Amino acid sequence: MCIDCGCGPTDHHHHHHDHSHDHDHSHAQGKRTLRIEEDILAKNNRLAGNNRALFGAKGLFVLNLVSSPGSGKTSILERTLRDLAGNIAFAVLEGDQQTDQDAARIAATGVPVHQINTGAGCHLDAHMVGHGIEHFDLDALDILMIENVGNLVCPAAFDLGEDHKVAVLSVTEGEDKPIKYPNMFHAADLLLINKIDLLPYLDFDLDKCKAFARQVKPDIEILEVSCKSGAGMEGWYAWLAQGVSRKKT
Amino acid sequence: MHELGITRSIVEIAERHAREQGAVRVISLTVQIGALSGVIAEAVEFAFEVCAQDSLLEGARLIIDAVPGRGRCRACGAESAMDRFTYACPHCDALALDCIQGEELRILELEVD
Repeated sequence: MCIDCGCGPTDHHHHHHDHSHDHDHSHAQGKRTLRIEEDILAKNNRLAGNNRALFGAKGLFVLNLVSSPGSGKTSILERTLRDLAGNIAFAVLEGDQQTDQDAARIAATGVPVHQINTGAGCHLDAHMVGHGIEHFDLDALDILMIENVGNLVCPAAFDLGEDHKVAVLSVTEGEDKPIKYPNMFHAADLLLINKIDLLPYLDFDLDKCKAFARQVKPDIEILEVSCKSGAGMEGWYAWLAQGVSRKKT
Repeated sequence: MHELGITRSIVEIAERHAREQGAVRVISLTVQIGALSGVIAEAVEFAFEVCAQDSLLEGARLIIDAVPGRGRCRACGAESAMDRFTYACPHCDALALDCIQGEELRILELEVD
């Protein structure tokens, strides 16, 4: 049973909420209007705040990887974990609706991994992450990678307590994804344009893609990579190393 | 379809407030949904009836207060409509719009009995 969220076998509900208690508790009957003005995502945001405080206390750099299915998030992770093994201590939370196939791929790199199956759910939320990290020794880690469910819509709305959302877009998907799914690219601080080794075979317009991304997020950082050929990966590794050193100081 | 989870939260929050006030049922509730919140009002309406079942909100009327997006340009100061995420100012073309309205996702009030 967790003390933060009140979940557990007894389903004991804690009543944490931020609104003022100036309303009437007289339990008078009759028709009346209650003005409540409560944020609908308040519970998720409170749990995300708890996660963020914990990550901050541990000096842990935390990324939330978001993309459509098939953009190569897991492949980017596999290469990153192998290339940086020995330099940076990682753990990975894997989110998928079903199966632990991605977790098995990550486990093969030797990095601690925990799979979260959301079932019918289309995104991870702060509550799932709060429990997912119970499987790791956070003191021993530098970076926690959270691979969200492949979905360019729903994960944008849910803060997990991460430092940054990192959007992955592969060049096989079309350069207009950022303006078709603007909430997600607006929420991301870094865009990895993946599979650039395929550019010679495609009509993908790289400049147009970057312009679209900046239209929905003017200050988004953009890196072009191929986790297959390794092109551009050193830029991503430098970005990770900077993030780690910022969190440690 | 994250609106299903959002709608569950709406019912959970509203029911908690209604119980705290000793209400026996919720007659109506007003929910504010901004154009840039990433939440589709129609999907919330669709999910509401199912989520409200067996709660104090069963049969309640859901009133959606749709909030249009507005932005203010950091370069020229002009305000403009912003119903999708685009940071280009229609007045000066700078990519410098700050969203000042439209990201709301809140329960405003309940009418209870």
